[in-house]
Amino acid sequence: MATDNAEHGGGGFAIDPMHQFEIKTLFPMQFGNIDASFTNSSLFMVIATAAVIGLMLTGINRRAMVPGRLQSIVELSYEFIANMLRDNVGSAGLRFFPFVFTLFMFVLACNLLGMIPYSFTVTSHIIVTFALAFFIFIGVTILGFAVHGLGFMKFFVPHGVPAYLLPLVVPIEVVSYLTRPISLSVRLFANMMAGHTVLKVFAGFVIALGAFGVAPGIVPLVFMVGLTGLEVLVAALQAYVFAILTCIYLNDALHMH
Amino acid sequence: MEAEAAKLIGAGIACIALAGAGVGIGTIFGNYLAGALRNPAAAQGQFGNALLGFALAEATGLFGLAVAFLILFAF
Repeated sequence: MATDNAEHGGGGFAIDPMHQFEIKTLFPMQFGNIDASFTNSSLFMVIATAAVIGLMLTGINRRAMVPGRLQSIVELSYEFIANMLRDNVGSAGLRFFPFVFTLFMFVLACNLLGMIPYSFTVTSHIIVTFALAFFIFIGVTILGFAVHGLGFMKFFVPHGVPAYLLPLVVPIEVVSYLTRPISLSVRLFANMMAGHTVLKVFAGFVIALGAFGVAPGIVPLVFMVGLTGLEVLVAALQAYVFAILTCIYLNDALHMH
Repeated sequence: MEAEAAKLIGAGIACIALAGAGVGIGTIFGNYLAGALRNPAAAQGQFGNALLGFALAEATGLFGLAVAFLILFAF
């Protein structure tokens, strides 16, 4: 899907909705066999990180007792994540605040940057979201074993299950635990990719219908305005869901139900 | 049947998953609205949970979309 360039993108349009996800190499770099080029994906990750760091540093520069607008944004985002951690993990979870805050702000910035026309959505590639979800899963599992030792395996045996049902319930619990990185990554990836594909398809409609005059072309354009608003909402919502599910998985590892 | 035709049919069948997504999202927000009408003061506190539930239900429909894309472009 990432290298779909000459394939017809599903439909008879001259405009290909899949072309926007293409990875373009900006600065080729090779380390032996590994292609570590600086691509447009890397560029937008750098832009997202720089934007978040810039916002945070500029916001708290004044250190006013009564915060101005930018400082309010920084303080609100801090409190948002801190409350999320405290509600879902408890006070022991605040150890992980830098991690969850970075994760949330990075995913939010990447998602929102993709809403700018002619930009690239970093999180619309499964490898990016899977890398994030995979390391969260590995980290949370190692944390669970570090805190509880081998007793962490009791996590897969729910309370009050009669003994004769255990051979059925425990494999189900294990499999549903192992699908967590997959569901976490595919949720974010599919939302981003589907949203941007739909936007591109409707943009194609605007051009196709616009050939018949201005009025037929306006209708899909109005629909696109609504869709763009929805996509901004989905971008923020998916970042929130990614962060809160990470908090829930952290809670499972630290406090085991 | 040629592979290209079978891929297109498979991708279309995979979209039936969206029915489940629709039912799930409708259930979540319907229950949230019913609860909010009974107890408006408590509604704001649970809005975060409603959004989380919505995203999880939406994800199930999007898994169907991911399967459709897998069939169309990866096989």
